[in-house]
Amino acid sequence: MSNSPSLTESIRPGADPHVAERARLGEIDESVRLPVLVFTIAALFWLMVGTLFGLLASFKFHNYEFFADAAWLSMGRIRTAHLNTVIYGWSTCAGIAVALWLMCRLSRTRMRHANILIVAAIFWNVGLTVGIYGILAGDMTSIEWLEIPGYATPLLFIAYACIGLWAIITFRFRTNSHVYVSQWYILAALLWFPWLYGTAQIMLIFEPVRGTVQSLVNWWFAHNVLGLWFTPLGLAAVYYFIPKVLGKPIHSYYLSILAFWTLALFYNWAGVHHLIGGPVPAWVISAGVVASVMMVIPVLITALNHHVTMVGSFGMLKWSPVLRFSVFAAMSYTAVSLQGSMMALRSVNEITSFTHFTVGHSHWGMYAWFTMAMFGALYYIMPRLLKREWPSATLIRVHFWAVALGVGTYIVALTIAGWIQGLYMTDPSRVDSFGDITSFTLPWLVVRSISGVMILIGHVAFVINVALILAAKPAKESAPTLFSETSDDLGKEAARS
Amino acid sequence: MKSLPVIFLGVFFTLAFSWTGVVLIPQQQFGALERQEADDGTMHPAPLSGLATQGLQVYLDLGCVYCHSHQVRRPGFGGDTEWGWGDRQSVARDYINQPVMVLGTMRTGPDLKNVGDRIPDAGWHYTHLYDSRLSHPDSIMPPYRFLFEKRKITGEPHPRALSGLGDQAPPEGYEIVPTRRADALVAFLLSQRLNYDLEEAQREF
Ligand code: HEC
Repeated sequence: MSNSPSLTESIRPGADPHVAERARLGEIDESVRLPVLVFTIAALFWLMVGTLFGLLASFKFHNYEFFADAAWLSMGRIRTAHLNTVIYGWSTCAGIAVALWLMCRLSRTRMRHANILIVAAIFWNVGLTVGIYGILAGDMTSIEWLEIPGYATPLLFIAYACIGLWAIITFRFRTNSHVYVSQWYILAALLWFPWLYGTAQIMLIFEPVRGTVQSLVNWWFAHNVLGLWFTPLGLAAVYYFIPKVLGKPIHSYYLSILAFWTLALFYNWAGVHHLIGGPVPAWVISAGVVASVMMVIPVLITALNHHVTMVGSFGMLKWSPVLRFSVFAAMSYTAVSLQGSMMALRSVNEITSFTHFTVGHSHWGMYAWFTMAMFGALYYIMPRLLKREWPSATLIRVHFWAVALGVGTYIVALTIAGWIQGLYMTDPSRVDSFGDITSFTLPWLVVRSISGVMILIGHVAFVINVALILAAKPAKESAPTLFSETSDDLGKEAARS
Repeated sequence: MKSLPVIFLGVFFTLAFSWTGVVLIPQQQFGALERQEADDGTMHPAPLSGLATQGLQVYLDLGCVYCHSHQVRRPGFGGDTEWGWGDRQSVARDYINQPVMVLGTMRTGPDLKNVGDRIPDAGWHYTHLYDSRLSHPDSIMPPYRFLFEKRKITGEPHPRALSGLGDQAPPEGYEIVPTRRADALVAFLLSQRLNYDLEEAQREF
């Protein structure tokens, strides 16, 4: 971190002592351009597809005749296609794109063996396309988060393994002796994921274990995808971009390491809270509940670190899109994680389990936290890769407000719906029939569809902006790369404020 | 702590630790449960019939699990027994004959672990799958009409053609007949019963 130029230092590039350093960063960016772009574009494709699937599923909740006679568009399948496209398409591809860029940047090394990554991207996207097709065509497994049929998953596994291998190589060639916390998170995530995925595939699809042990494997996997894959990738981004944009170091390096290890230890065990009250041994569940509550420790440490770094700089949220998305994400991380720990308490879980409350929670996590962190990161990375600025500040503004309000509405609606649903479901004497619960929640499900439309608008704005920046001509090709780019940057930012 | 081996070992041990606890030990503990003999000598739970196993596949590929859970929690926790979704909680042994678990995390609709005992009438299930509004006007369960075939009646009407379809009835001269997938699915639903006792799940009357 310390030897890359901060924003304040970049204000007068002429007087900048880091010109050589920046030329080197430019060279690194050049070497990562292709793989990062490939993963980003794939991510955006899946983001749009996933948004449409999600919207369709949401509409079908309050409009059951909507495409009712097409089996491949039936509720169970379309909802699952939504989950798998946004998780394995958008979130994973975006996470990888950001991780690749950060890894090279922080290791201060040119990208080596980019072809491994291109191979990974191909395997990955072909595998996913086959998988989503399989889900819609009726081959899905109905094992939550692992619905992609067994004939597609080996392709995905190969892709993951390639990326893990590449990350280790890059890390070994680092020229920077200092290891920043983002590197810890990325490396750990890239190592955890193939292992998790491979184990779950074997124990559930290829050589299934018997009985409800399957459910334990299922939730050990599914929750760890969040905790040991998306969370570390998101944290890596936020840990980098908030201090980067602010031009000051993270509040405490040691706290960040402490948070890393406590997260690694506790998150692992937390997943079984999905089975509270279920037909599995009570002691496993108790361990899961304890671990979920212990997650408060890494979360609060991380929150302290992020938010204290922000103190005194909130004014910058006005002009920096990167910061705005990243801080929105960091705040959501704190909130959603604390909510998650609470939901693991048996008394709360009794009400929220099996309801829309959980769906609200997962969108809070995967969208308001992870997805927003990725948007923030991409707003920073793309101009550096392409050596040109974002063409439209208005589109960025539309993007931010549409998705921020959209996901906010989503969370509020489903939290209320879920709570109502849970209260009545725990006490049948309060309602006449099960149908009453449906009627009480239905208006909120309509609100969810509206929030989905808002989110779609935001995504369209983002995709247009990305298309425009891709199509635009590089700004002042002859000028030194980062030089002109940073001054452009500031000109735009100034105009924006 | 700056080097690759530290991260690598940390990553390895944390995941191995949780895998051992959450997966391996339970697998040792109850991964090989056997059926249990009741006083009258019958073995519980009964195996799934071939058709019911195919029905489970239909249940899986249509994603019923995303609206229906498949587990009854103990009386006093969450109102499951008060709803009449089962007289007792479901325990690990209840699931040993089922190749894929669908415990579920969502109850847009009622729990189905004991649905065969609660609604033993196959005809009801066919009609309900064809259009749930026929039995529950406020239901949001999607219609599964594509599991049925609309046929022109030639000669004798099909013995298992759906009746009582109300405003969903086919035009004169046509009939609605369940496909094999519908038959399998209904067989699976009817097989889901918790009407036997297991030592570890004392029934509460
Ligand atoms: C969109 C959510 C949804 C999906 C998907 C869904 N159901 Fe339902 N289901 C409901 C709701 C809501 C009810 C309660 C109202 C009713 O009986 O129609 C219900 C009720 C039922 C009942 C009656 C239970 C009782 O105790 O009254 C059965 C049986 C059933 N569903 C089977 C299925 C099967 C089989 C599938 C998959 C092919 C399925 N459902 C898919 C929402 C859903």
